[in-house]
Amino acid sequence: MKAKTADKVATTIIIMLASVIVLVLAGLLGYILVRGLSHISFDFLTSAPQSFRKGGGIGPQLFNSIFLLVLTMIITIPIGLGAGIYMSEYAKPSKFTNFIRLIVEVLSSFPSIVVGLFGLLVLVNLFGFGFSLFSGALALTVFNLPLMVRITEQGLKSVPKEQKEASLALGISKWKTIRSVMIPIGIPVILSGTILAAGRVFGEAAALLFTAGMSSPRLDFTDWNPFSPFSPLNPFRPAETLAVHIWKVNSEGLAPDAAQIAAGASAVLVITVLLFNLSARWLGRYMYRKFTAIK
Amino acid sequence: MAKSHDRQQGTPHIAEEWVGRIYTTICILFLIVSIFSLVYFVASKGLSTFFVNHVNPLDLLTGLKWSPDADIPLFGALPFIVGSFSTSLLAAIIAAPLSFCAAVFMVEIAPNFGRKYLQPVIELLAGIPSVVYGFVGLSVIVPLFRDWFPGQGVGIAAGAVVLSVMILPIITSISTDALAALPKGLKEGSYALGATRWQTIYRIVLPTTLPAQLTGIVLGIARAFGEALAVQMVIGNAPHIPRSLFESTSTLTSAITLSMGNTAMNSIQNNVLWSLAMILMLMTFVFVFIVRWLERRSKLG
Repeated sequence: MKAKTADKVATTIIIMLASVIVLVLAGLLGYILVRGLSHISFDFLTSAPQSFRKGGGIGPQLFNSIFLLVLTMIITIPIGLGAGIYMSEYAKPSKFTNFIRLIVEVLSSFPSIVVGLFGLLVLVNLFGFGFSLFSGALALTVFNLPLMVRITEQGLKSVPKEQKEASLALGISKWKTIRSVMIPIGIPVILSGTILAAGRVFGEAAALLFTAGMSSPRLDFTDWNPFSPFSPLNPFRPAETLAVHIWKVNSEGLAPDAAQIAAGASAVLVITVLLFNLSARWLGRYMYRKFTAIK
Repeated sequence: MAKSHDRQQGTPHIAEEWVGRIYTTICILFLIVSIFSLVYFVASKGLSTFFVNHVNPLDLLTGLKWSPDADIPLFGALPFIVGSFSTSLLAAIIAAPLSFCAAVFMVEIAPNFGRKYLQPVIELLAGIPSVVYGFVGLSVIVPLFRDWFPGQGVGIAAGAVVLSVMILPIITSISTDALAALPKGLKEGSYALGATRWQTIYRIVLPTTLPAQLTGIVLGIARAFGEALAVQMVIGNAPHIPRSLFESTSTLTSAITLSMGNTAMNSIQNNVLWSLAMILMLMTFVFVFIVRWLERRSKLG
């Protein structure tokens, strides 16, 4: 009987600890949303931040985050996709391939702040891009590439071998097979993984402190010429993103309502990440169903 | 076979084949160049502390006092190293048992409920940005600790709690994969002998999946070790070794985050920060090495 009692006790403890995790998450999300949602208004989302007075918004930061996300993905997706295809289709088992795998592994566990410092040294100073959205996007590309490579490999691995061989047997070249047969089948996995990676870009801050900078110039939202220094679309201007703003407000915020601003901005950030997460899930499932004709 | 197949194609096919090869190779080269330049630039800056500014590496690693702006500047980084190791190890000690329980719950106890609700919940935890964890830590954990314990509430304990929630998803997902990949016969054999579920978990499942569990824990520690902003917000940032878990201290990442903007490039104060970054980088290599070693062990076992 003793073993049975131990079993019951252990099971109870395991279930209890598992529910602790659920409670922690529920509490975390609840806290962020309850504290933040009351502060979110149209004005908060669109107006510029105030340094010393109450009532600052997060308009430019929100815009910067979205713009940076788009820039980063424009650079990351083609490179990551290409490298992933190479790893899954062209690389033969060899020392060199093992070495690249090691590189991907090391790069994926690099602290983001070290990548940020590298960006500061090489992109901001050496190449002279300055504190800019472009430097930030490149640093995040380095940071995100291993993830993208893995996602692509995973997506291509999910393609049934017969389908690939059937295409090759028809005399279609390997590259064409990859492009027209394998990528379309692997796209549900690749796409949902990419959206998750995008969510990570949206919340990343440490690598951006030293590359995109901690301030935004006064943006003129009527000027859409990408070469004008005050244009929101200029990729070579410094840009403080939402995540960086939350960090800055918390560590050196002088506005009297700094805590509320941080709460509101955190809620916006978490809601965005949740939306990314849910849409990745939904889109992945939808496309899987569409392509495989499984209900 | 593939080669002869290529040769029989007409010119457009060969050209097309080359497009693919060249494009993917360029992508791979970009990856290789970026990691090599990363390592090169961080190391060259980090080492110039020793070669240009003639700081003794041993003094840096074991020095207790960090006062870069004093008349006779002292660059003892031991408090940061201790801070980084203690927060990340403590975070792993908190997170590992929770993660193991979550994994056992999802695989062995309630697979349907677990896969449907707990797994998405844990994946959500992974997606929450680190500054948000820092913000919640600053506005919930720190005041709570200030009320419960002596001190200001900031310190290793607050940092470890925040980090433990952040690394929970990593350890849990690896743990879950390991448990799910366990050959069925092993467990069934144990049940057939009349063992209870706990006996099976404790005597069969845990020992066989141990290398994988450790892999998850090491990856979690690596993540916690490199995390910068969330820790910086709750740790207090005083550059000395604390006497209690609730006293203000500092980590490698938080020291870099706070000081990098205030020092001039190529000054000794700046170079020393790069040395701290180099220590972070070297630790990344160590963690990857340990993970690889553990993975080899789990394949043999």
